[in-house]
Amino acid sequence: MKTSSFKIDGRICTAETGLNLIEAAKQNGVFIPTLCHFKHLDPLGTCRVCTVKLNGRDVAGCTVRVADGMEIEVNTPELLDTRKAIIEMMFVEGNHFCPSCEKSGDCQMQNLGYETGIKYTRFPHLFIDRITDARPERIVVNQNRCIKCRRCIEEVKTFDGYNIFYSINKGNKTMVSVDYEQEAKLSELQAAHAMQICPTGAILVKGKSFSKPFGDRKFDIVTEEKSMSLNPVKKHRTNIKKKIVATTSLAGCFGCHMSMLDVDLGILDLFEVVEFNKSPITDIKNFSKHCDIGLIEGGCCNTHNIEVLREFRKNCDILVSVGECAIWGGLPAMRNTFPLEACLKESYLDSMTSEENETIIPNHEDIPKILNNVYANHEIVKIDHHIPGCPPDANHIWNVVKNILFQEEYSIAYPKYKYD
Amino acid sequence: MNRTGLLNKLWEFQNKFGYVSENAIAQIAQKLSVSKIEIEGVVSFYHFFHRQPTGKYIIYLNNSIISEFKGFQQIKAAFEKETGCTFGSYDENPLFSLFETSCIGLSDQEPAALINFFPFTNLTPEKVKTIIQQLKNGNSLRFISSNPTSKIQYLPADDKTIFFRKYEMGIALKKLKNHTPDEILNLISAANLEGRGGAFFPTAKKWKSSKESSTSKKYIICNADEGEPGTFKDKSLLNNLSGLVIEGMIVAAYISGATTGFIYLRAEYMYLLEKIENTLHEFQENNLLGNDILGIPKFNFSIQIQVGAGAYICGEESALIESLEGKRGEARIKKYYPTEFGYFGCSTIVNNVETFAMAARIIELGTHFISTIGTKESKGTKVLSISGDVAKPGIYEIEWGMTMKEILHLCQATSPHFVQISGPSGICINNTEFDRKICKEDLICAGSIMVFNNFRSITKILENYTTFFKEESCGVCTPCRAGNQILHEKIKKIKKGICTAQDLEEIKEWGKIIKLTSRCGLGQFSANTLVMALDKFEGYFNQKIIKTNENLNVEFDMEAAVYNYDSLIKDTQAP
Repeated sequence: MKTSSFKIDGRICTAETGLNLIEAAKQNGVFIPTLCHFKHLDPLGTCRVCTVKLNGRDVAGCTVRVADGMEIEVNTPELLDTRKAIIEMMFVEGNHFCPSCEKSGDCQMQNLGYETGIKYTRFPHLFIDRITDARPERIVVNQNRCIKCRRCIEEVKTFDGYNIFYSINKGNKTMVSVDYEQEAKLSELQAAHAMQICPTGAILVKGKSFSKPFGDRKFDIVTEEKSMSLNPVKKHRTNIKKKIVATTSLAGCFGCHMSMLDVDLGILDLFEVVEFNKSPITDIKNFSKHCDIGLIEGGCCNTHNIEVLREFRKNCDILVSVGECAIWGGLPAMRNTFPLEACLKESYLDSMTSEENETIIPNHEDIPKILNNVYANHEIVKIDHHIPGCPPDANHIWNVVKNILFQEEYSIAYPKYKYD
Repeated sequence: MNRTGLLNKLWEFQNKFGYVSENAIAQIAQKLSVSKIEIEGVVSFYHFFHRQPTGKYIIYLNNSIISEFKGFQQIKAAFEKETGCTFGSYDENPLFSLFETSCIGLSDQEPAALINFFPFTNLTPEKVKTIIQQLKNGNSLRFISSNPTSKIQYLPADDKTIFFRKYEMGIALKKLKNHTPDEILNLISAANLEGRGGAFFPTAKKWKSSKESSTSKKYIICNADEGEPGTFKDKSLLNNLSGLVIEGMIVAAYISGATTGFIYLRAEYMYLLEKIENTLHEFQENNLLGNDILGIPKFNFSIQIQVGAGAYICGEESALIESLEGKRGEARIKKYYPTEFGYFGCSTIVNNVETFAMAARIIELGTHFISTIGTKESKGTKVLSISGDVAKPGIYEIEWGMTMKEILHLCQATSPHFVQISGPSGICINNTEFDRKICKEDLICAGSIMVFNNFRSITKILENYTTFFKEESCGVCTPCRAGNQILHEKIKKIKKGICTAQDLEEIKEWGKIIKLTSRCGLGQFSANTLVMALDKFEGYFNQKIIKTNENLNVEFDMEAAVYNYDSLIKDTQAP
């Protein structure tokens, strides 16, 4: 076995000559994230998450075989951001509703989102209508979540060598589709393998997707920090002027507010340093003074949401989007893949409970108008911070708030990073 | 039937039945022992194959930016009115089906359409009416179609013209007899020939690499998949000098030792097929193709033509090879050059039409002749296809080193403002750059120049490009597939008038990410023009952006957001 010596971020590494860079880096203790690379597969080079610099040139790390003298850059600020951007692209291209996904917690893409620290996506979500195909015998293919990595195409075949998955169409319409005839030949084990190698929740085995409960899954890392506490407020701070907080729930479920209350007795500590103004917690309806910070739950689905949000922007120095709905629309944004007309007709005219020949969709000058889409808050006004989660943990929310208000050190513990 | 015959087999079904049915797919899958989805994957990759029945006449109207500015919308409406069909839908009209398609290589005669791959150029609504009437009357397409020949508008002085000079069959090949392959290769090397498809890779280096390769078989591929919008120079070479191109391929075969050659002809140029086939036939009859060519023992070489089926990406050499192998035309990962691992793993030379033609001329005319023409770095002449807001669109053979100003003068451009060099994946220049020279030292050009005057909307140009890339990406890698969709959202913002300075900054940043991370040239260059235009036409974009309320910092179009609701309420309100 010939070994090669090469440099990763200036550090000298050695590995078997010709070994795939992802594996070689791993052996040397460097983690290069990837979603399409799979141990023994020929490099697919599809997801591009593993982009590194090889002798100054950008390449997909999975397509590199190590050789003597290679200079590889992996963790430069630019590359870290590039990788993050590509994962963000995947999030906006598909429809990834983590809180409603069967694979949540076992999803490699979600995990990479946490690893790379994605709090919100810089790109606009595309919300393209995609199908969930339940016609196959054993599996369900959810196109909303497919990132076209092609692991399944290369890896899952029938015993007699036929492809079960294959790409169809091209350009923005490219998708990975199933051959029903061949899929029926899959063994139970093969189907489970397909679900397992899928880096997202695009391939699910019927009846098996909930076999492991949420919370106990691969990336639901449980540490001692599980019951994280509210950071104590430094004593000398208690004499200073109280900061003023406002909160509101727009197109959300009030879950984030419920979570905020989950801080239990900690709220008493909180009252030492903050004072609430307009908020459902205090039931103060209107701003009576200018606030330091505004916490927004939920995105904007109607004109009233936008008015409230703009009012918050006017009255608060800092605005924080709390939870998935506020950050990018979340579950209410599931309707974004359909025209508004279809949604309203389904709810008011053609639903099980609507009257025969119903023709009127509720409307009145006092009722806010429904927007064509559910919008992320940062599409309406400038948002200063994002706290992901559905909902985020109570202590986590308040720790972040205190960190912002009093510039206290607070590093986010891995288990607090959640999209579900 | 084997896999390489797949595209031809699909064409058979497409031509015979107007579509590739479920049944046809099942039949082919069984013959090839692959799953049906794999065949469907190939069929759905190429946009000239249909999965649903089409009419007797399939009309493909070009939607390139040149066409758009010359009245695309009007012609589209005229076709819909006259046929009663809708573009892009399978409405079971027995006679007609209408589809849009990307550039068909007739930019000098836009608006143009292909009807069953017969060209119809300079369309007007009246002309459309006549054409449809004639087709309804059963007139033959062959007789009513237009002549697609591009006008050769300019040639350098006689002693400087290289391509469009007198040609007789065998003019270059007869020199092979007295020279060894090494000597011929040296000639190509001495002439500094570089790939004319746009990458400008040294041809001699490529050919040498294949010559030295030890794979059991070797191949020569002529890339005649000229898909870059605004380019039609290869078409003019194939149309006027197909023999010269073939001679270039034979020269390459002589050097590398390849025995089989392919001309990958884009389906849009189907009307040239017969002509090229005839030339090949003539070559065979004259012992310039076949066995013991020119009486040189064991110099065996034959050429086949493969017609593409509508996929821009197949102009990328590794995607082209995949397509030749009967697969989806997806770019391979950049691990090997095709000369190391090409068609079925064998050493393969892929060159552009113009490169082969030039190689043949180098052998014919000698390196001394070539070296007197052009600039220090770029020797010889270049064939350009010029279109847009010019009085004389068409083919220009120019000496390398001519300035943009001279070219614009020659083609009689009217108040040129935005000039696109080398198509959407190339670069754009503004009117301060017209002193630049077309050559390697300054402004390299793959063969297309599109001129837009200052009445043309730059946003429209850029939107057309982005839409093109969005649709023509092979869909394999994330940045190219998703990135171009995302950039399109930004352009929509510019169009809506809610674009902020930050949006423009983001376009630049995101464009850079796409460039750095994409898998092949298509993605890497897809955002090039867009990003470049933001700087080069700063004044234009500064007028487009709006200053936002400092407090909100984001612009939101409330009116558009409630439009759907308002109109729905209006429509559903009880009378």
